[in-house]
Amino acid sequence: MNSLEDRLTRFSTSDLKPPVLPDADVAYTLHDTPIGTMLLAVAHGRVVASSFGDEETITGRLARAVSPRVLRQPRALDVVRRELDEYLTGKRQEFTVQVDLALATPFQQLVLADLRNHTSYGHTKTYGQLAGEIDRPKAARAVGTALGANPVCVLLPCHRVIGASGALTGYAGGLEAKRYLLNLEKKRIISP
Amino acid sequence: MGMVTVGLPPFQALVDAHWRDVARLARALAGPVDGDDVAQRAWEKAFAAYPGLTSAKNLRSWLLTITARCATDVHRARRPQRPLDDAPPIAVDGPDAADWPDPDLWQAVNGLPERQRYAITLKYVGDLDHHGVAAALDTTPAASRRLVSDALATLRRTLGVTS
Repeated sequence: MNSLEDRLTRFSTSDLKPPVLPDADVAYTLHDTPIGTMLLAVAHGRVVASSFGDEETITGRLARAVSPRVLRQPRALDVVRRELDEYLTGKRQEFTVQVDLALATPFQQLVLADLRNHTSYGHTKTYGQLAGEIDRPKAARAVGTALGANPVCVLLPCHRVIGASGALTGYAGGLEAKRYLLNLEKKRIISP
Repeated sequence: MGMVTVGLPPFQALVDAHWRDVARLARALAGPVDGDDVAQRAWEKAFAAYPGLTSAKNLRSWLLTITARCATDVHRARRPQRPLDDAPPIAVDGPDAADWPDPDLWQAVNGLPERQRYAITLKYVGDLDHHGVAAALDTTPAASRRLVSDALATLRRTLGVTS
């Protein structure tokens, strides 16, 4: 057991230091919110992810779609985190940070890109209504699927789109999260 | 976008998985003070070169190769400047291992010829196979095998151990 090779292998040293790296092409952080842990990511100053998906999956997709230079660099997300926290406590109704739909397919981009113009704070819309507004009147189901794949949740308010029956149907962060967001917005416009 | 075709993992995954291995190897090769500098430089080089990689295979070996090259650069920079290019190279020992765990062993390792010292450190501290060692030293696996076995023979003699 104490052969020369073993002794060489056991080389140990304490207080190892992790590297300090330059700014990443894609900077991300995990952020705890009242609706769950979210992965927030920016590239070139734009938000490319605000997601409930797991770290490995989302960063892997970002590496392929944007750049493999993806690093956990929380400070690059300071503004996004602050705006998100303000929104989630009812202190903010609109986001100033820009988004980039690098993780969305062309159809998802069509549905998501103008979502901020098609919805408004405190109000809901049905999948069918939204489908009609983007000139895809027969595509309510596909619109629902595209919203479900929203890579930039909350900032692009897919939570404001619900089923024709009034049911919340689905949300990437879970129905509880969707209910939380809609209640938050409703309360604010009733008693601002 | 769409430039990336080889499916490189996010760089953070490399950092998380390998930063301790890189730091350890850098310290074994360059000593406690220069080692941290070597590791930091190696990561900066790897980060700069990463998007240009054409294969996502053997990323750990790639990182340790960069680390070994950075250690060589630091080592060479420490060498006294020679007035004449054709003067014979001076033997430069590795770092002083007096304070290291197992100092007898590492003093002996650090007295080995440079290529042997690198080969044996890459093999056992870096846990690389002979292909990996050979890549880091820009040589063949057969040559790596020879460097390692010569180094082990010298160490056994120096330390008076039989295994």
